[in-house]
Amino acid sequence: MESRFSGNAHVYGDDIDTDRIIAGKYTKTLNLQDLADHVLEDLDVDFRSKLVKGDVLIAGTNFGCGSSREQAPLALKVAGVSAVVSTYFARIFFRNAINIGLPVLEVPDLEAESGDEIEIDLKAGVVRNLTKNTKYRASAMPQVMIDILDQGGLVAYLKKNGTYDASAL
Amino acid sequence: MAGMTVAEKILSRHAGRPVTADELTVIDVDAAMMSDTTAPLAIKAFREMGGKVPWNPDRTFLVIDHASPAPNERIARLHDIMREFAAETGAVLYDVGEGICHQLMIEDDRVRPGEAFFGADSHTCTYGALGAFATGVGSTDLAAVMLTGKTWLKVPKTIRLEITGSISPGVEAKDLALAMVGKLGFAGATYQAVEICGEALVPMSLDERMTIANLGIEMGAKAALIHPDGLELPYDFDAGAISPDPGARYVRELTIDGSALRPQISKPPRPDATVDIDELVGTKINVAFIGTCVNGRLRDLHAAARILEGKRVAPGVRLMVSAASQKVFLAAANDGTLATLTAAGATFLPSGCGPCVGTHLGVPGDGEVVISTANRNFRGRMGNPEASVYLASPTVVASAAVAGEIVDPIKVVED
Repeated sequence: MESRFSGNAHVYGDDIDTDRIIAGKYTKTLNLQDLADHVLEDLDVDFRSKLVKGDVLIAGTNFGCGSSREQAPLALKVAGVSAVVSTYFARIFFRNAINIGLPVLEVPDLEAESGDEIEIDLKAGVVRNLTKNTKYRASAMPQVMIDILDQGGLVAYLKKNGTYDASAL
Repeated sequence: MAGMTVAEKILSRHAGRPVTADELTVIDVDAAMMSDTTAPLAIKAFREMGGKVPWNPDRTFLVIDHASPAPNERIARLHDIMREFAAETGAVLYDVGEGICHQLMIEDDRVRPGEAFFGADSHTCTYGALGAFATGVGSTDLAAVMLTGKTWLKVPKTIRLEITGSISPGVEAKDLALAMVGKLGFAGATYQAVEICGEALVPMSLDERMTIANLGIEMGAKAALIHPDGLELPYDFDAGAISPDPGARYVRELTIDGSALRPQISKPPRPDATVDIDELVGTKINVAFIGTCVNGRLRDLHAAARILEGKRVAPGVRLMVSAASQKVFLAAANDGTLATLTAAGATFLPSGCGPCVGTHLGVPGDGEVVISTANRNFRGRMGNPEASVYLASPTVVASAAVAGEIVDPIKVVED
């Protein structure tokens, strides 16, 4: 996975649940493009048309709360979101995002407005707001998550490693 | 050494060494479950990982409940993927109409106290009702469990929540659960386990305990473990293994006074926007829904029947009822509950998740107000972002159906 990239910010608020990321009525499909077509529809009906591939989604607390549907991070990824930065994430969403290879970064004090240019350095765990010329350090992830993300997701990680290694967490 | 919390005890047994809060560990998983929302992606990921047969087919469960029976050909094909996978691998399939996954796992003795159970559905935390460390994961995590029989996790810190006193007549397990979510908040237990105990819990049946543990995820909890005091199961179990040690360390200890509790309602669009019913009396409703993995059990249907016996649903109100499983439906048919509810104007839906997930079977119209026994009222949850959903107990929902508006159940009983 590419370690350093940048994109424009789309900023939203707290407690964005997985139903608003992708509504239940759209989740029953293996055609991932169908998911992307309806991403964040009930939060911002214009999001899909505003999004440019590589853009960064920025949210407040508890992003991805609610359902365990992996379709939520998949919808974001397939739509072209390069990373999600949030004050903190709901637990299942955070794991799902890493498992499908969507970078998610916890930054408690990020200041950004929609349209700001955001640069992310995954290896260094650093988020920069290039428009505001500010720099933030993301919370550290467990090594196992770094390794999973590095492989591009859990499928590739397990194809390579076969199983989980307790000494490599 | 300090005593262990219930989560630490159960996870230590599954890690093969003592583990405490905040430690990362790999554990052996006892069982895995997925629904028609999550199984197709999980099966795809499992195959991409090189998986042929799950590590333990007898304890791999596939349940067709979220869009059941299939509302269109696209979903029918996904159901077929599940049927084919079960036939090929020997994994256990529950097909259309058998019931909601969480009801089936407990009703059919698929999960036991002290086990580590991973389900690709966020309400898997329901099995904390009988002292299982049960948690929701996504499809790919579940595929990894099927491949390896293991998963990795961070041992959670634990919040202790005690419900003191006994609850009043007309107040139900659901009211306690909503009060708990209101008190801790939507993210109040994120990354943590919650142990729930206290005098109000002791007389509660397994059904009621399931209602309470079910809402653990609405506070973000990794697991919601109810202490076994008063728990009755049809087999012997080791209560010590699912009780905390003396001196167990909690990150937070909270108390709710059960004796002072009024019926609770969560206002749209948040499960933690909980208020006493009194604040909402007079709110007009269009749709009432009784069912789901929270409140679709026989006890819940009985509660609704007590309100609806000899009465009719208010003109212009639609009342939909879905038993949590075929067994519940049959019991309700045999004891007359089905007739009572139908005579009052209820429409029965197939056993499954139904309108709660907004895929089919009763999507509300624009501007309509729903009162539901479900666990979520997010915007668009029931399939229409222009409708709003209130969450309440079966007694409160049935009362609102009769009155056409939110009303104190006592008033309906007295009329």
